[in-house]
Amino acid sequence: MRLSELGKGHGAIVAHVEAAHPDDPVARRLDELGFVAGEPVRVVALGPIGRDPILVQIGFTRFALRRPEAARVVLVEDTPR
Amino acid sequence: MNAAAPALHVALVGNPNCGKTALFNRLTGGRAKVANYAGVTVERKEGRLLTPAGRSVRVLDLPGAYSLAAASPDEMITRDICAGRHAGEAPPDLIVCVLDATNLRLHLRFVLELKRLGRPMVVALNMMDVAHKRGISIDVDALQAALGLPIVTTVAVKQGGAAALLAQLDAAVVQPPAPGTVDADLHAQVRSLLASAVTMPRATSIVDDGIDAVVLHRVGGLAILAAVMFLIFQAVFSWAAPLQDAVAAGVAACGDWVGGLLTSMPLLQSLVTDGIFAGLGTVLEFLPQILVLFLFILVLEESGYLPRAAFLLDTLMFRVGLTGRAFIPLLSSFACAIPGIMATRSIADPRDRLTTILVAPLMTCSARLPVYTLLIAAFIPRREVLGVFNLQGIVLFTLYFAGIVSALMVAWVIKRLRRDRSEHTLLMELPSYRVPDPRSILLGLWERTLIFLHRVGGILLALTVLLWFLSSFPAPPADATLPPIDYSLAGQIGRWMEPVFAPIGFNWQICIALIPGLAAREVAVSSLATVYALSATSEEAAAAALGTTIAAQWSLATALSLLAWYVFAPQCISTLAVIRRETNSWRNVWIATAYLFALSYLASLLVYQITVALT
Repeated sequence: MRLSELGKGHGAIVAHVEAAHPDDPVARRLDELGFVAGEPVRVVALGPIGRDPILVQIGFTRFALRRPEAARVVLVEDTPR
Repeated sequence: MNAAAPALHVALVGNPNCGKTALFNRLTGGRAKVANYAGVTVERKEGRLLTPAGRSVRVLDLPGAYSLAAASPDEMITRDICAGRHAGEAPPDLIVCVLDATNLRLHLRFVLELKRLGRPMVVALNMMDVAHKRGISIDVDALQAALGLPIVTTVAVKQGGAAALLAQLDAAVVQPPAPGTVDADLHAQVRSLLASAVTMPRATSIVDDGIDAVVLHRVGGLAILAAVMFLIFQAVFSWAAPLQDAVAAGVAACGDWVGGLLTSMPLLQSLVTDGIFAGLGTVLEFLPQILVLFLFILVLEESGYLPRAAFLLDTLMFRVGLTGRAFIPLLSSFACAIPGIMATRSIADPRDRLTTILVAPLMTCSARLPVYTLLIAAFIPRREVLGVFNLQGIVLFTLYFAGIVSALMVAWVIKRLRRDRSEHTLLMELPSYRVPDPRSILLGLWERTLIFLHRVGGILLALTVLLWFLSSFPAPPADATLPPIDYSLAGQIGRWMEPVFAPIGFNWQICIALIPGLAAREVAVSSLATVYALSATSEEAAAAALGTTIAAQWSLATALSLLAWYVFAPQCISTLAVIRRETNSWRNVWIATAYLFALSYLASLLVYQITVALT
């Protein structure tokens, strides 16, 4: 499962960030912002149009990600919700 | 400390939203020298201070950065200066890394990255007051020992909140830290630092969760955003009115007094009262409105609401070819396109940035307000609608709305024309809500007032005098039957332009006013005032207010056509100069000028011909 598929109010654990192409600056930045293995994430809100962007709580910070950005974050499958 | 010793060179660095700018203002008293770094459009802000022990310090406020692996021109500057590799800047003697004490999971990683540079460094743990309120306890000694860097705590928004940092600057020279292993996992190090020194009762603030649940609600959030925008526009039009009247009366009184001293020299008297003071009065009168608008923008910015608005609008703006981040520059453009275009520097994607720059002049800047106000007051009755709203306010709102809609349409066309279809990214932090600090708000208002007066003052005075000259010479022949301005240079230029603008209903007086309006749009109003004051054949007509004059002389179609013209009006040389500077390209300047001119002519043509047909 990917972060882009997580519903509002749901939490999960990050497995890894997948680069969309070699030398992907978005994937590198996601890593720097804390989207690393074992980190808990939670979807706080969804944008009003097309449920986009996605507001994600990671650590003590909130980031707004568009769906293609969130789709790079792969989640641990058997996370108890 | 020896006063002759060279100033200590300190660089403030930190993640965005760490309170770095507030700390800079606290240290320097807000007095800063603002310029650009050589060759790039990144703002360079430097201030000076004297420590309690009398040590002179130069403080450089570096652009906020998440990482030294730079993703934007801003972050590259920060990276190069921190590493001491920037060609035009001496390496700082001391790096002060500012952290938000409530956001350590993110900010500590950047400290560890900076520490690897092995340069003298101090950590300023900022916003300690908020951390205490949220029940976050930080064992500063343990953190200091684990980090291997000196830590001071600061509360940038409180008087004396930077005392510990100042004491640190007075203390002995900070030794550079041991760089540590380069390939170590920074995230793992941050986790262990947090586990050993920080206790958080909960990861988020209860207040943030509560406000976000309402403000980001898919229906309620949009309703709140619309209400906030509408409140701003109503306030700009009604709250500022008493202040405006006072300013106008004050300037007029000054003009009369100075004019009274010059009765022996009629030509000079005419220049002073009809030229300089008439022009000055018309423009200063709009300062209160600009201040009210800036006040709202600053409060929304400081409180943390603006990124929320960007979040709500991102998909809409993305579909038309913009980004949610463009919301802040575009909102600033309502005050003036120049700070708006400069604020596009926060948009990392160059394509999104260029689109935002090109449509920013379509946001109704405050310089257009004088024109709108004059025409609305003269032609639209002050009538209540539905018992709450004022018809004049509604017309103003419509004009603003027309600007926004056309900006979205133009952005969409640019997106269609562009061949590059690769990904545009958002990745935007929504910071914690904060009670706006009155001191920062006042400092911001003061800075922006100075920019406005500086921009308007010189240009306006020069142009008013030039226009007065054009309108006064050559003098009419002895057997003249028409008002003197008909024989002047200005009259001749206006008549020459008239055929081009006749299809959109502009008379030659308007054509004259469009010329000085090139320098700054608001000058068009003072020019009209000059033209009409001088073309009056009697004392009574000269004394009559400009609004009454044009209400009598212009048709409704002409007034509406001029309003439509100003929704698009390209003629603002300062804006074009900023586009040139910010995009480093003349091509973009020509594109902006041509499309804005075409749109304004077309809109005025439609409005004029339709109104003429209907009335």
